Amino acid sequence: MTSASNVPFFPPIKTRTHEVCGAGAYMFAFALAARCGGPVLWIREGWDKHQINPVGFAGFVNPSEVMVCITQTQLDTLAIAEESLRSKAVSLVVMALNKPIGLTEGRRLQLAAQAGESTGLAIIPDGMGSNAAQTRWRCSPIFDADQRAEDSTLQSWELIKNKSGTLGAWHVLWDAASHRIVMVSPSGK
Amino acid sequence: MFFGTQRRIVSLWFPRLASDRVLRQRPVDGPFALTLNQKNTNRIYCLNTAAIKQGLHRGMSYADARAFCPILKSREADVDQDHRFLRLLGRWATRYCPWVGLEEDGLVMDITGAAHLFGGEALMLADMQARLMRAGLSACIGCADTRGAAWALAHYGEGIAPPGDMLSALTSLPVAALRIEEPISVALQRLGLRSIGDLVQAARAPLNRRFGPSLLGRLDQALGAQPEEISPLSISVQYAVRMTVPEPIGLLSDVMAGTERLLFQLCAKLKTQGMGARKLCLTLRRVDQGQQQVELRLARPLRDPQRILPLFERGLTEIDAGFGIDQLRLEATQVETLPVQQLNHVSDGGRDRLDDLVTRLGTRIGLENIHQFIAADSHIPERSFMVAPAAYSDPAGPWISTKPRPICLFPPEAIAATGLRPPKQFRWRRMSLTTGRATGPERIAPEWWLEDDNWRSGLRDYWRVETRQGRRLWLFYTPQNPGWFVQGEFA
Repeated sequence: MTSASNVPFFPPIKTRTHEVCGAGAYMFAFALAARCGGPVLWIREGWDKHQINPVGFAGFVNPSEVMVCITQTQLDTLAIAEESLRSKAVSLVVMALNKPIGLTEGRRLQLAAQAGESTGLAIIPDGMGSNAAQTRWRCSPIFDADQRAEDSTLQSWELIKNKSGTLGAWHVLWDAASHRIVMVSPSGK
Repeated sequence: MFFGTQRRIVSLWFPRLASDRVLRQRPVDGPFALTLNQKNTNRIYCLNTAAIKQGLHRGMSYADARAFCPILKSREADVDQDHRFLRLLGRWATRYCPWVGLEEDGLVMDITGAAHLFGGEALMLADMQARLMRAGLSACIGCADTRGAAWALAHYGEGIAPPGDMLSALTSLPVAALRIEEPISVALQRLGLRSIGDLVQAARAPLNRRFGPSLLGRLDQALGAQPEEISPLSISVQYAVRMTVPEPIGLLSDVMAGTERLLFQLCAKLKTQGMGARKLCLTLRRVDQGQQQVELRLARPLRDPQRILPLFERGLTEIDAGFGIDQLRLEATQVETLPVQQLNHVSDGGRDRLDDLVTRLGTRIGLENIHQFIAADSHIPERSFMVAPAAYSDPAGPWISTKPRPICLFPPEAIAATGLRPPKQFRWRRMSLTTGRATGPERIAPEWWLEDDNWRSGLRDYWRVETRQGRRLWLFYTPQNPGWFVQGEFA
């Protein structure tokens, strides 16, 4: 079943800002962080009670590489994302957004990512993407019927927007041993 | 007798320190007094010469003073500020000699071997007097071989006692000049011992019996028969530099250039002391006497001007220069030790860039809002890691978990379910979910040695529940207080 092969378009282009939505967005972010390597900045707003758990994601990235910024408003989130993308100090900036952003903001994030040669990833609510995003992914966890898969991480990743390529949908798994995302064939269908 | 190098002590007494300090900032014509609330009464704490001429004195109640002198202007005294001002004067006095101590309302300086640098004692004292007068402070200065004699001269005579002969200089001064308590001085005067000369000639034994050893001790200290130390002020290095520009400036590039010059000076000072700045404060004084401050909190102690300067840029763009800025003052308000480190060939530029980024982000959202994770030794999921400000900690810890843990945690959310095993079907966040596979239970007991309100419900049996809909949730059941909750979500 684990016919290990790479997911097309993953990791997405490095010097760009991408978007991800769906319940599996956090795993997508950590899988991307594992591919990017280097320091990761995670920006979220203060009211959001969802806390990333370092013990849980230690399998993906080393928690000492992750810094969390807590902001008051989405405006701060965007400003900090832009500044850190531009700084060349971090390789991945993950920002949790809850309101749709305009073209201007989206474009500024793209330019900042280009200038700083770092990747940006916006975790967005479903259907609130910005037109400026390079790619947009929808990630949803899937029940793994295989009895052997005790701690399975089976997900379906759909590429729902791509500025430079085709769309697609894949079933993927996090392979802890090889420390990467592998594509699997849809099972049980 | 105390033999050694001939010591020379200068005592400076500021008779009107508090009012002089206030009048320096805001000059007032005519009688002026500072009041202090003592025992439910406003009393005069300090007053200027014009007020003294009107017949007012210290300790007088303020209401009486107003009755005597209706044109009296007054303000409230600020004793803490006065004390701070005295310490400042102490720092100023180190320009004459390194050994400066504080008196109650004056300074005491050991000028042994320093007087010749100013052309002799007389010239040195004249220089002090002139500088203090220019600063608007009235001062009485005495110079003698001992601290006691210098104090007596400053308060009761002013002048320079010839070296080696304290007795002749003090003989005509009243006994109160010996720094004795008021009742003793009054009692001595009742005995007919009015001056220090009288006291020296009196028999010592009866005086000792009547007044205790303190009186003769003070006398011996003044005459040099007993030594007396001067405790110098602790040397505090001032990490502050300033620059006054001849013409007001207003352009951002000009202010940045000025800041750069100050930074180079400040960082050189920090380097000699082996320190690094943690907090910097740049004060810009405008020509209209307004002041604006730019505060910079750094993520790591730093003393590299080239790295600090760009970090000021954001703060300086928000400054309103008005009609121009004519003074810049840069102070490191918080410093930390920063030992010199061995350079090596392994570049650590990434860490520096990250620190600079944290500093810049900190100016926007506050340094305490940028966190990083530190491993903690606890089975409680919320306490298995700590969140610490990135600027004040280093990331640490081996991250070991024997059981899979969710990548995302949230405060427990109750679901409607009963029983020891996870429910077959349940609703969570308006989604109806069906359990596909449940792994568990993993029992975690509360840490009884720590108070935690969230763990009041006792033991928890954690289950990893994979739902048919896809979500993989972390549920727990509290057997001592039956109920089911969702606390996290797996990858």
